[in-house]
Amino acid sequence: MNETVLELEKLTIALPPGADRAHAVSDVDLVLRAGKVTCLIGESGSGKSLVARSILGLLPRPHVRVGSGRILFEGQDLAVARQEKMRAIRGAKIGMIFQEPMTALNPLHTIGRQLDEVLRIHTPLGNAARRARVLKLIDSVHLPEPGRIIRSFPHQLSGGQRQRAMIAMALLLSPRLLIADEPTTALDVTTQAQILYLIRELQREHGTSVLFITHDFGVVADIADEVAVLQRGNLVERGTAGAVLGAPVHPYTKGLIAAVPKLGPPAARPANTQPFIVEARDITKTYGTRGLFGGRVTRALAGVTMELRRGETLGLVGESGSGKSTMARAITRLLPIDGGEILLGGADIARLSRRQLRPIRKRVQMVFQDPYASLDPRQRIIDIIAEGPIIHGTPPAKAREEAQALLGLVGLDPSAARRFPHEFSGGQRQRIGIARALALHPEVLVADEPVSALDVSVQAQVLALLADIKARLHLSMLFVTHDLRVALQVCDRIAVMKQGEVVEVASTAEIFFNPQHSYTKALFAAVPGGTWQDRKAS
Amino acid sequence: MRFARYMGYRLVTALPVIFGIIVLNFLLIHLAPGDAASVLAGESGAATPEYMDALRHKFGLDQPLGMQFLTYVSNMAHFNLGYSYRNDADVSSLIFERLGPTSLLMLTAFGTAVALGIILGLVAATGRNSWRDNIISLISLVAYATPGFWLGLMMIVIFSIGLGWLPTSGFDTVGAGHEGWAEVWDVARHLVMPAVSLALFYLALYARLMRASVLEQTGMDYVTTARAKGQTERRIMTGHVLRNALLPVVTIAGVQAGNLIGGSIVVETVFGWPGIGTLAFNALQSRDLNLLLAIFFMSACLIVIINLAVDVIYVMLDPRMEI
Amino acid sequence: MGHGLARFARNRMALFGAAVLLCLLLLVMLTPVIYPDDPFKLAGPALQPPGRRFLLGTDTLGRDVAAEIAYGARTSLIIGVGATLAAIVFGAVAGGVAGYYRGRTETVLMRITEFFQTIPAFIFALLIVAILSPSVSSEIIAIAAVSWPSIARLVRGEFVALGGREFVQACAGLGASDARIIFNHMLPNCASSIIAVGSLLIGTAILLEAGLAFLGLGDPNVMSWGLIISAGRAVLRSAWWICTFPGIAILLTVLGINLIGDGLNEALNPRLRER
Repeated sequence: MNETVLELEKLTIALPPGADRAHAVSDVDLVLRAGKVTCLIGESGSGKSLVARSILGLLPRPHVRVGSGRILFEGQDLAVARQEKMRAIRGAKIGMIFQEPMTALNPLHTIGRQLDEVLRIHTPLGNAARRARVLKLIDSVHLPEPGRIIRSFPHQLSGGQRQRAMIAMALLLSPRLLIADEPTTALDVTTQAQILYLIRELQREHGTSVLFITHDFGVVADIADEVAVLQRGNLVERGTAGAVLGAPVHPYTKGLIAAVPKLGPPAARPANTQPFIVEARDITKTYGTRGLFGGRVTRALAGVTMELRRGETLGLVGESGSGKSTMARAITRLLPIDGGEILLGGADIARLSRRQLRPIRKRVQMVFQDPYASLDPRQRIIDIIAEGPIIHGTPPAKAREEAQALLGLVGLDPSAARRFPHEFSGGQRQRIGIARALALHPEVLVADEPVSALDVSVQAQVLALLADIKARLHLSMLFVTHDLRVALQVCDRIAVMKQGEVVEVASTAEIFFNPQHSYTKALFAAVPGGTWQDRKAS
Repeated sequence: MRFARYMGYRLVTALPVIFGIIVLNFLLIHLAPGDAASVLAGESGAATPEYMDALRHKFGLDQPLGMQFLTYVSNMAHFNLGYSYRNDADVSSLIFERLGPTSLLMLTAFGTAVALGIILGLVAATGRNSWRDNIISLISLVAYATPGFWLGLMMIVIFSIGLGWLPTSGFDTVGAGHEGWAEVWDVARHLVMPAVSLALFYLALYARLMRASVLEQTGMDYVTTARAKGQTERRIMTGHVLRNALLPVVTIAGVQAGNLIGGSIVVETVFGWPGIGTLAFNALQSRDLNLLLAIFFMSACLIVIINLAVDVIYVMLDPRMEI
Repeated sequence: MGHGLARFARNRMALFGAAVLLCLLLLVMLTPVIYPDDPFKLAGPALQPPGRRFLLGTDTLGRDVAAEIAYGARTSLIIGVGATLAAIVFGAVAGGVAGYYRGRTETVLMRITEFFQTIPAFIFALLIVAILSPSVSSEIIAIAAVSWPSIARLVRGEFVALGGREFVQACAGLGASDARIIFNHMLPNCASSIIAVGSLLIGTAILLEAGLAFLGLGDPNVMSWGLIISAGRAVLRSAWWICTFPGIAILLTVLGINLIGDGLNEALNPRLRER
């Protein structure tokens, strides 16, 4: 029986007046044991991050603070401990890593200095001893050339490397508990897999207890021993990973798990023999900075060729830097390209002028990723949706009428037409964005990561909406995503992109059953959780 | 080696600015109503026809505009800034001999404003919304609204006329014949009020800037990380926040340094400080445009040099600037 | 917008600033009533200290200082607001074009902007007024000429940031023209920043105007606070009030305007007030 390292007893965190609820979390009970990884999972606004911060007393006081309850660690209640006691614990007995390694590290200090700081605060070790310790930890997180790393600044490392450095920093003094606040959310899926593996490896080696905050069930499936589910501040389910994932009890948990697309054999789809509606041939796009001393040239697209048939959904899958978003913008002519052809219904639109492009706009429309940046905060949503038709000559009154109808089509209350974007949730804003795209009755819809910024339950709803609309309006869709699960669920064919090139393109079934390219296989292997939905409860 | 290359690069980009100023000067001369020669001669009533002819010949004013421009550029490049009939001296030597007092005033004022401003801003930010923050913010607000020349006059009324502590004007006590440390002390007594008058506005500016910068930095993620490592609040401020907060202040301080030259015109006038400012004021009175333009040119060159220095300092402070 | 005004009203300092400005506007409007005579005319014996008859005393020629200050208020406001508006229009156009079209247009425009920010502002303004002959309009031109770069940089920065925002790209995707995007979408989203910076610019403009008048470059036909102060310099020892009161007027006016500007900034661009 593993001993208890930390226990949360009826923890309640109060929010300032004016927040959407009185308490961020209420009556949370949680036990963290040595040698075990406990995942605290919840959607945005569940309060999971605040729970993590409250343990180390890092809540943004005085407005957000522990209202009641106890945080028991080594016989003390951390919720009421004095600052000197807390400082002795932070970094030494309890370590913490954060989501965004770029901003979590001081940009003006070298990595070595920031790691050294932990030792200087907590130990009386001399320079040589500290340096040796730092190098050892950097090596243990598999960072190459430790000597170079300690002299480097954060901006000189990649995202994954920075996160490894942060992990090294947190584990320097072999803490009993490691708190990880969404440490892989900001990383590419392949990097994420490596970091998860690293955490698991180090945790096993040191016998550390880990509290891992996440929103991703796949991650839970990969590394959790125990799981706790948080819904708007309330702990609704708790148990071993096998139990919660395999046989969830609470309806919220069941709903969440059901909303995650399976990494499984895709549904059978009839072969599509329609003519091509969009053909891209050998597209190249280069970004360059030319200074007086030579410049840096980035090849965003290095000769991409792809086709989209009428009525099909083609998935563009890749990690950051693959060029998938650039490709999406190139096809919608939001971006000029350097070379190649883009045929829409047989006619080349790649080199048309602004004026010539105007009528084309009605045929291809885009749905954007960020629900918070894709709508003009100063425009009423009815005007946002009606703007397209108005630009193309529809009388404003008629355009607004049609906009109202579209609101209904995307599942929003038409009476909310005169409200502003900030009055809507993320999922609702994406629906507005879809309505805007549909207002011009396009033939092709390009969706650039339309659900990546949404909670998983909302994601399922928006994906269902897109599928419904596509079928009803006979649209063709180009679906850009980094999430293979989503791609398998939504797409007929998938094109895998890496560093500006298409490495493989095939039907979804072929990609799943018989991936050819090594990168495609690596992508599948890196998906957190893999096929956890097929596992039985243990 | 990369540093030398960077310096070379920055010098090269500074040249168009200097050239631009010369062009601007040229345009201003020809924008002025009247014959360019009379503009350049100023309102010195004793300008004889022979002098005007000599002037026209020297500046090539009897030649086509293009040639005039080239002559002007070449003159400026050789620091051949003309002759001031009113002052009966070469403009260049006039300016250079007054560079000393003005530099002393500017450096003192700027140094005080920067140093004190940064300290006050830091004090205000660390005691946010406490009484010391409110007092510093209040003083900054008032100082930011105070015209420098009026402040100088009020200081004279209070400290010279009223209390008799400090001299009313001048660089040092005329005819006293001080030497060594006595002279230094004498100049210092004369320097206090002009320096304060010039510095106060900028002190307020830097204090506000520093306060905002520190507050912004304390909200950053890396501060949370430092806390999570068990660092004390004091060391977080001195070891982490301070240097990050200084960066934007350094940039703006550099940009503002140039404006001190303009401010010194009014302050030197009020205190009779024998620098370039009073020279400019006299030039204004006698409508000696040539002298004014020369002062404009010199000041701009000075600013370019200061900006270069600030750039170098910034590059040394911020490792993200790749050179 | 209503949100913002409510926040503004809760800010005590901003309200104080608004009160000062209101008094000033009242003064400007009532001046012809309270002081119907030309302030340049002699009103009484020279060098009278502040007393019952002349609230703020008389100057070297026997003019009423209070009347001079009242008329000077009009000059300061006209030049201050006029120059700022000109600077905003010019700067917004320059910065907007640079920030929207990017590329070489942006580089050229920004180099020019940097150039005008580098040259010594006060001396340049001084030169312009001297060359164009001192008058209200030449002062407005001169002050605008040194103030527009900060607006240009602000607007360009905002436009660059907005240009990357997806809603702007979405508009372009709908087929919107440049004009529509700039005027319907980008400018309204910068408006609050421009207002906040613009109001601080008015204060600076008034200080510049006072400085120019002090040096004798003010319009000789209108009364100006800087002019009163420079005239009072010669008798500083005996008649301190001539220099003092106009300076207090400048201070209060600029302070009031700055407080309003700060208040507007807080109200329109709210930042998290936690910790």
